[in-house]
Amino acid sequence: MGKTLFDKVWDSHVVIDDGDKNTDDTNAPSLIYVDRHLVHEVTSPQAFASLKQSGRHVRHPELTIATTDHNVSTENRTLPIVDSVSKMQLETLTRNCKEFGITIYDINSPEQGIVHVIGPELGLTLPGSTIVCGDSHTSTHGAFGALAFGIGTSEVEHVLATQCIWMYKPKSFLIKIEGNPRKSHAITSKDIILKIIRKIGTDGGTGTVIEYRGDVISRLSMEQRMTICNMSIEGGARAGLIAPDETTFNYLKGRRYAPKELELEGLIEFWRANLKSDANAKFDRVETINVTDLAPQVTWGTNPSMVADITDSIPSPEEFAQGDENKRKLAVRALEYMNLEPGTPLTNLHVDRVFIGSCTNSRLEDLIEASLVVKGRKISTKVRAMVVPGSQKVKSDAEKLGLDTVFKDSGFEWRESGCSMCLGMNPDILLPGERCASTSNRNFEGRQGAGGRTHLVSPIMAAACAIKGHFVDVRDWL
Amino acid sequence: MERFVDIKSQMIPLDMTNVDTDQIIPKQFLKLIIKSGYGDFLFYDRRFGHDGRPKKDFILNDPKFEKRQILLTRDNFGCGSSREHAVWALFDYGIRVVIASSFADIFYNNCFKRGLLPIYLSQSEIEYIFNLVHTDDVIAEISLDKQTISISGKKMNFNIDPTRKKMLLEGIDEIGFTLSLNDQILEYEKASRVVDYNKYLV
Repeated sequence: MGKTLFDKVWDSHVVIDDGDKNTDDTNAPSLIYVDRHLVHEVTSPQAFASLKQSGRHVRHPELTIATTDHNVSTENRTLPIVDSVSKMQLETLTRNCKEFGITIYDINSPEQGIVHVIGPELGLTLPGSTIVCGDSHTSTHGAFGALAFGIGTSEVEHVLATQCIWMYKPKSFLIKIEGNPRKSHAITSKDIILKIIRKIGTDGGTGTVIEYRGDVISRLSMEQRMTICNMSIEGGARAGLIAPDETTFNYLKGRRYAPKELELEGLIEFWRANLKSDANAKFDRVETINVTDLAPQVTWGTNPSMVADITDSIPSPEEFAQGDENKRKLAVRALEYMNLEPGTPLTNLHVDRVFIGSCTNSRLEDLIEASLVVKGRKISTKVRAMVVPGSQKVKSDAEKLGLDTVFKDSGFEWRESGCSMCLGMNPDILLPGERCASTSNRNFEGRQGAGGRTHLVSPIMAAACAIKGHFVDVRDWL
Repeated sequence: MERFVDIKSQMIPLDMTNVDTDQIIPKQFLKLIIKSGYGDFLFYDRRFGHDGRPKKDFILNDPKFEKRQILLTRDNFGCGSSREHAVWALFDYGIRVVIASSFADIFYNNCFKRGLLPIYLSQSEIEYIFNLVHTDDVIAEISLDKQTISISGKKMNFNIDPTRKKMLLEGIDEIGFTLSLNDQILEYEKASRVVDYNKYLV
């Protein structure tokens, strides 16, 4: 029987195979080798502290790369950090990296940025490799055909000490995306992944690695593919995967840590021939999604499966639940928290804030697309809107294109790079009751600030929303 | 890690699906660099209003449920962020077992690193236990060794794979164990591979 892409990457990283090939509950874990360990300030301090306490060292500091992103300020970086607790955490990471000889792109570095933005940018993310990070959105790197997944702090310590991780082999899940969206320039990869989560639910991918496939996927740029793999975790999956192709290989060329020239050509030849699922590979589950009639997607509730078309109205709990009492109760609570009435057209919803950023949608293309919507227009006087580039490199590249001017002229704040209002660990938060159109990945209660109300959308939808002050069908604009 | 010892306790019925880790431990408490002391922050934004006062309608603010060691809940518990702080907060609060119809992968994995036992049962079994708790506020006895939950004389079995069970029962230091397999790791590192990902970073 043929192998899936996931099987191939997994098999080439098995140090100790303790399990049989099934993934039922009696299975034993395998020891998997980790090629790249990405580290940030929030989930690592306890791991380093415990490592030191046990008198252990970092096995491969050169395979470990750190950045500060979660609680850095996105305001003027020449000013001192006001929040002393955040400051302490940032300094702790810098100290730990120095002590163990780990490269860090800290707040003063021109390469600083969200860990899942700088990994690919620096060429750290390579097809067929394994990547872990104490962060669930590590699934982003799967866009390159890398097996990449989030881990907890104890596992961060384990990888620091051993460069390996024990893992029960997940099942394989193929999602085939068929059709071509009409008005395709207004339908983004964010809309595709929101539609997928809407269909499979927030636990539809639990215990699996999802491979995304289809003509639509092949036509996406690397940045758009990253948006899809990034949100695999919102569908419950451990990781997302897209088989590498010429788009992937071209992206790697000239990146700092990527292999160079002749060596890269040799690797590409190998990857091109091997890093794809065999035609006769068997997946544990297969789903097909047609995107021909896909409309821009907007979340209305408090988890990323509570999604509607922009042309829809807020559903009633009964409509959403389809007879499932627990789902109905969840929707009742979500509508109460979001302060929404069933039957209200989504285009009637006014927002207070707009956030363009996060590891889902803060890359250069996201900002270019959003700027095309914004250009020459002013944002609503009732809205406070911000753009937070994913990295310092994204920021400077965007500034070279004049995007900062476009956004600032229209009334957006143009800020420094970091995770920012995706999770509000820095001062960028929603106030209680504020409603936000956000390009991030989670609309959980309180995620962007206690009492804040989040609607997840694509960058162009967020941009149009900032202009109008309420949600609009961006297809009418482009 | 602490060994898991069998427990006997009444339950905290958290009748919700999709409880995410942002709710279990909100972000403002992730800035700390310690590994314990998170109990007071468990479900913080659910327990306390914007004015810092306890919300009367949240279950953990009902004195009746204090000091209970078993949390009973529903589908997809622990979804979202990978923050292990969620497990630490439950553990520090005094919870030793979470019974649910399903768990998110990373959370489930994290439980075993701190000595928290996640038990998954079928939806009908979960429904059955919720009913018992609502009518009689029953006591559950949990034996990890036997893999049983005993309530009011009725025994239910639960699944757990042998490796994880052993880790909990013996409180194994996983890193120490892996390091004892160093020869095999070295062998992998020295073997010639078609793509040697290690070389590009040196």
